[in-house]
Amino acid sequence: MPDTRTPNTIPSDDASRRRFLTLAGGGGVAAASAFLAACGSSKKTASTTAASTAASTTTTKANVDGDIAILNYALTLEHLEADFYAKVIASGLLKGAEQDFAKRVGDTERQHVEAIAATVTKLGGTPVAAPKSKFPLESRLAVLNLAATVENLGAAAYLGKAAEIKSPEVLAAALSIHSVEARHAAALNKLLGKSPTPDGAFAKAATEADVLAAVKPFIVS
Amino acid sequence: MTSITHNDLVPELAAVEVDGISRQAFLVRGALAAGAVYGTTMISPFVRNAFAADGMGDIDILNFALTLEYLEADFYRRGRKLGLSSEVAKIAKSFGDAEQQHVDALTATIKKLGGTPVKSPKFTFPMKDEKSFLKLAQTLEDTGVSAYNGAGPAITSKEVLAAAGSIVQIEARHAAVIRLLRGNVPAPDAFDASLNTKQVLAAVKPLIRA
Repeated sequence: MPDTRTPNTIPSDDASRRRFLTLAGGGGVAAASAFLAACGSSKKTASTTAASTAASTTTTKANVDGDIAILNYALTLEHLEADFYAKVIASGLLKGAEQDFAKRVGDTERQHVEAIAATVTKLGGTPVAAPKSKFPLESRLAVLNLAATVENLGAAAYLGKAAEIKSPEVLAAALSIHSVEARHAAALNKLLGKSPTPDGAFAKAATEADVLAAVKPFIVS
Repeated sequence: MTSITHNDLVPELAAVEVDGISRQAFLVRGALAAGAVYGTTMISPFVRNAFAADGMGDIDILNFALTLEYLEADFYRRGRKLGLSSEVAKIAKSFGDAEQQHVDALTATIKKLGGTPVKSPKFTFPMKDEKSFLKLAQTLEDTGVSAYNGAGPAITSKEVLAAAGSIVQIEARHAAVIRLLRGNVPAPDAFDASLNTKQVLAAVKPLIRA
């Protein structure tokens, strides 16, 4: 597979950690202390309750239903991403290496759609249909900015759900997608001259409500 | 952590070979490709290596992660002495700072859970200039991503899992940037491979001096 070169811009300006995503969950808590606070109750948790087990192997119906709901949420986002790149490519706003990059990423998002839909079916659920989407594609820069927004949002969305997933297999799959969305996000940030790690050393998660509100403008029906 | 000097390693899997992709990772890719060809896109290929830390408790997993973060932090610290170009020097500082923050956070978390943080091993890095620095950086960051992804499903505590997730996302972002700097695609696969403990240890073993 030939490498897709994207123009290098000076990327790592952490001094300008502007969050171009207006995700909530962006409280000003220092990342490291948030990390620790998050771990505050773990001593008890680890030794006792199975209820908070992240990757419980129990396959109760409630657990499976919960995983299906999370997968369908992820599927909606992946549908939007795949749709977005298809429209970007069709728009012809990107040229050369950037267009190649969009094709490659779009292909990846389609693979995510297929894998997640197949997993939902395998678990006995019904994969959600692709929403009808619309995106404001006006210029190269608008496209790249929107791509960065969507990818950073996607990474934050997976991060927000990881700990709720019950099946270790589903979790493994979600993690293998999460880090790919993060790679896309970082590459686009770099391309735009923004910090590839806008949250600093610890990535912030986004809640489902915030993510759905953020993508609402892109959903027609 | 005792397992870092464990004899039960698989040297032939020593994975600092093809641009950071271990043989096992290739096998996983192969399985994925086969799945795509045969239209059986299911979750099983992802989980082949996803129980990296099987049999390890959360504290063991955190100590495993801590060892990798020590490695990365030391790597960037030393890389900065190589006379890097200004863009790469900036990145080395930024990424190195992040890895040190991961070290600090993991150390504090292990203590909070009642465990004892492992001490940092001594490392040796085969690099002499910017080119070899970036090459090794890609290997380490890609391996870091796969290590966390592999360990994730074995983590018991939701809180620890969420924290590990917030770190692995940073490793993935680092990997993408380093790859771009090298003229490589930032996300080589649609699904990042996962590595198990043995594979990760085999990959980093050549870098551990003591």
